[in-house]
Amino acid sequence: MYEKKELNKIRDKRVDWEENCYSNMVKECPERKNKFENLSATKIKNVYTPEDIAHLDYIKDMGFPGGYPFLRGVYSTMYRGRLWTMRQFAGFGSAEETNQRYKYLLEHGETGLSVAFDYPTLYGYDTDHPLARGEFGKCGVAVSSLQDMEILFSEIPIEKVTTSMTINGPAAIVWGFYIANAENRGISKNAIGGTIQNDILKEYIAQKSFIFPPEPSMRLIVDTFEYGFKQVPRWNTISISGYHIREAGSTAVQELAFTLGDGLAYVKAAMERGLLIDEFAPRLSFFFNAHNDFFEEIAKYRAARRIWAKELRKLGAKKDRSLLMRFHTQTAGCSLTAQQPEINIVRVTLQALAAVLGGTQSLHTNSMDEALALPSEKAVRIALRTQQILAEESGVTDTIDPLGGSYFVEWLTDKMEEETYKYFDKVKRFGGVIPAIEKGFFQREIAESAYKYQKEIDKKERTIVGVNQYKMNEELSIPILKMDEKGEHRQIIRLKKLRKDRNQSKFDRNLKRLRKAALGNENLMPYILDCVHSYATLGETCDVLREVFGEYKEPVIY
Amino acid sequence: MNDIASKVLKGDPRSVARLITLAENSSPEAAGAMKDIHLHTGDAHVIGITGVMGSGKSTLICELTREYRKQGLEVGIIAIDPTSPFSGGALLGDRIRMMELATDNGVFIRSMGTRGMLGGLTTAVYDVVEILDAAGKDIVIVETVGVGQAEVDVIKIADTTIVVLVPGLGDSIQTIKAGVMEIADIYVVNKADRSGVEQTLAEVESLVDIACTNKDRKTPVLTTVAKENKGVVELIDEINKHKKYLKKSKMFEVQRRKRYEAELVEIIRKRLMNFIFDESKFKGKIESLIDQISNKELDPYTAADEILGKILR
Amino acid sequence: MERKIRVLIAKPGLDGHDRGAKIVARALRDAGMEVVYTGLHQTAEMIVETAVQEDVDVIGLSLLSGAHMTLFMDVTRLLKGKDMEDVLVVGGGVIPEEDIPKLKKAGIAGVFGPGTRIEDIVEFVRKNVKR
Repeated sequence: MYEKKELNKIRDKRVDWEENCYSNMVKECPERKNKFENLSATKIKNVYTPEDIAHLDYIKDMGFPGGYPFLRGVYSTMYRGRLWTMRQFAGFGSAEETNQRYKYLLEHGETGLSVAFDYPTLYGYDTDHPLARGEFGKCGVAVSSLQDMEILFSEIPIEKVTTSMTINGPAAIVWGFYIANAENRGISKNAIGGTIQNDILKEYIAQKSFIFPPEPSMRLIVDTFEYGFKQVPRWNTISISGYHIREAGSTAVQELAFTLGDGLAYVKAAMERGLLIDEFAPRLSFFFNAHNDFFEEIAKYRAARRIWAKELRKLGAKKDRSLLMRFHTQTAGCSLTAQQPEINIVRVTLQALAAVLGGTQSLHTNSMDEALALPSEKAVRIALRTQQILAEESGVTDTIDPLGGSYFVEWLTDKMEEETYKYFDKVKRFGGVIPAIEKGFFQREIAESAYKYQKEIDKKERTIVGVNQYKMNEELSIPILKMDEKGEHRQIIRLKKLRKDRNQSKFDRNLKRLRKAALGNENLMPYILDCVHSYATLGETCDVLREVFGEYKEPVIY
Repeated sequence: MNDIASKVLKGDPRSVARLITLAENSSPEAAGAMKDIHLHTGDAHVIGITGVMGSGKSTLICELTREYRKQGLEVGIIAIDPTSPFSGGALLGDRIRMMELATDNGVFIRSMGTRGMLGGLTTAVYDVVEILDAAGKDIVIVETVGVGQAEVDVIKIADTTIVVLVPGLGDSIQTIKAGVMEIADIYVVNKADRSGVEQTLAEVESLVDIACTNKDRKTPVLTTVAKENKGVVELIDEINKHKKYLKKSKMFEVQRRKRYEAELVEIIRKRLMNFIFDESKFKGKIESLIDQISNKELDPYTAADEILGKILR
Repeated sequence: MERKIRVLIAKPGLDGHDRGAKIVARALRDAGMEVVYTGLHQTAEMIVETAVQEDVDVIGLSLLSGAHMTLFMDVTRLLKGKDMEDVLVVGGGVIPEEDIPKLKKAGIAGVFGPGTRIEDIVEFVRKNVKR
């Protein structure tokens, strides 16, 4: 990027500076730490110069926003044209309560909906299943049937606002509930937009809400790709996630490498089925974490875009829409502290800023009380306002990729890309993502990073404000969200009534047909929709698939 | 009779668990109870299962146990994992694969760390086998980890030793110590739905052919897909056939005798070592001898003479 | 032969967040204890039966899904019924302050929420093991 002569001059000046100016300063006043390393254990230098990015070619390696390699942004106008979607992940208790929260959030300016489901729903169990004991509505909303979905979105204009649903094992069925609800309201499948997370590979690796083994799960996912681009064109049928991998304890580099690796595995699976890459790739989306190390996170998002564009081109994608990586970001849950919870607002602000400077398409900011419970109204409102201040008051949205060209950020982006390719090679030697999962490769890497991080905190090599430094002995007085205690009972009564009132023969017939199709090779979405329309519950539908596909047992890795 | 012993004979799980702990810790209370239960042992068929990590041993054991339970038999499982030589602690995770059996009264699962400073099987495992036997278990399965010394030791305890392999590990058979391959009474190639199974079978079968040319029993080689419960019934058949073979050929008595010999040696060794290294009488002396060796003032053999001389006097 | 402290680390219910449980299991192992980890999705019955068979001195329950009041108390109730109150029971995860007194009353001796130093858990176990 620079003239050789110029670079040599800079190098000489730098060496001089290091040997004199810098060294003298250090002698008088030593640096705060022996080593400066970011969260991925990358050594961070004192200062970066043009030398560090001299190898870059602006046009080839950086380019312009909206064009290959999309390093600087996926759209040519980015936030000058449209701000990121403010999409707060929400859900608790019964559908009625969550419906109220959605209305509250929309009223206060959020621009997209995001559904959190409770554990029984995530695992494909109805509220009255014995394993659901104690879990109803605790970490998300309970949805056991189409009826619950109807209540959840009652009076919400789903033809105007998009909905993201964090659901994986039973994603196809819950998507079925959403589609069926829209159809019943007279809204065409062409008009609804949103995302289902539907990323089973990271479940095996990190979040652990899997149901079926890898092969049938991948089949179901490709079924949704196929059904999606043909029938529900505005829908992102997958949100390939790194968030959870990070939350499980990985480093930023691992988050980047494992997520993109998963993404490529899905692309290959779809191509193996015979789907054309330029048909389904435009509807793949991603989901990253926004953790504490400000610049590392920004570099991570930028590197992600460039690597994805490169890799998809290698696989034969021709359309720009197939190459550009769109992603949602959530600020890091695992960085929130229970101690002095108000300061979480500061953490979230920095993390959100990193996501914005990294060019995210959609953003969820955590609430300050989330280390202890689900967010109260006040806390979630502050989280939303955080985004609004970034958008309207900070000026960072006035130009695209403002950190582009920074010696440090470009160098770090490159470094993360280099480290990612090293991981790609390792996984290739295992024979691919699924064999690597079965051998516990990712799980081991994550467990190691998690343990290392915890030891650093215990030994005070890494400071967490309020936890191992600047502590206070205080009474924690954050108002904790209270849920409707009658919600579970109401839900169970509703379920019993639904099972009694539905057309029994239609129900039986559709479940049988689903079972037969599951044993074969057809796309299961139409069969799932038929079951959904005949008010088969989530549990009943999943049980059919559990019976045919079996249940996954994970290898044990510490 | 010792109180805990009588409860163990009735099969009370708390007492069984407690006695195992006492035996593991070489607690003096254990000896009394062990004496009382010994005459009530000998009926259980002891199966040793060994193989590389990732061969699916735990899943196979889980499926075997379910089949045995269907036949109305009670099963005891001893799952052994390595104790860290640095911390002395252990992560005992084999149970995870068998948790669906946790609430079945006819199954008792105990996880143990190898603990022994000398490596190999945990020294208490003989006791635990006897305890589970006395508690009424018809089958006692001993599962060991990896492919080291412990795995070769398992044949001293087991009536039937099963070596579990898995296809696709390439040169896995070569990497498994030769000794381990020799100890198998039955070979099982698990995860037989994976590619490479034909090659693995061919390798094992050729080994068997060579090893069994002059023997009166050819070691069977089976395939299983444990997680789909395939081949498990056939494996039980082979185990039963092996038991019949042992009884017919009188190898059963020979094997049992070897086990009791090993057990006796183990008890004596433990007592001696405890006596020498733990008895306060000698401890100080030992410490000072080690110091002298470290300072090159003495050699280990002379040091040993000194200590043994004191005991044998 | 020194006694080893035997610990059962269990995740009751459907919660799949095992980062903390695994870290604690590993740290206790590094502190010289024998740790039985039973993985995800355990019922209270499975946990208590395992505790019986493994004759553990300590049970550590990890839960981040909010279901701790129901599920932790299921475990302590079963332990009481089996006369196993000499087993030290501790818990961790996402547990609001206001729930801690009730849990302590039910028999959970220590609750280790977000921000806990692992060393503190190890110390607590060593100091409070009853047997």
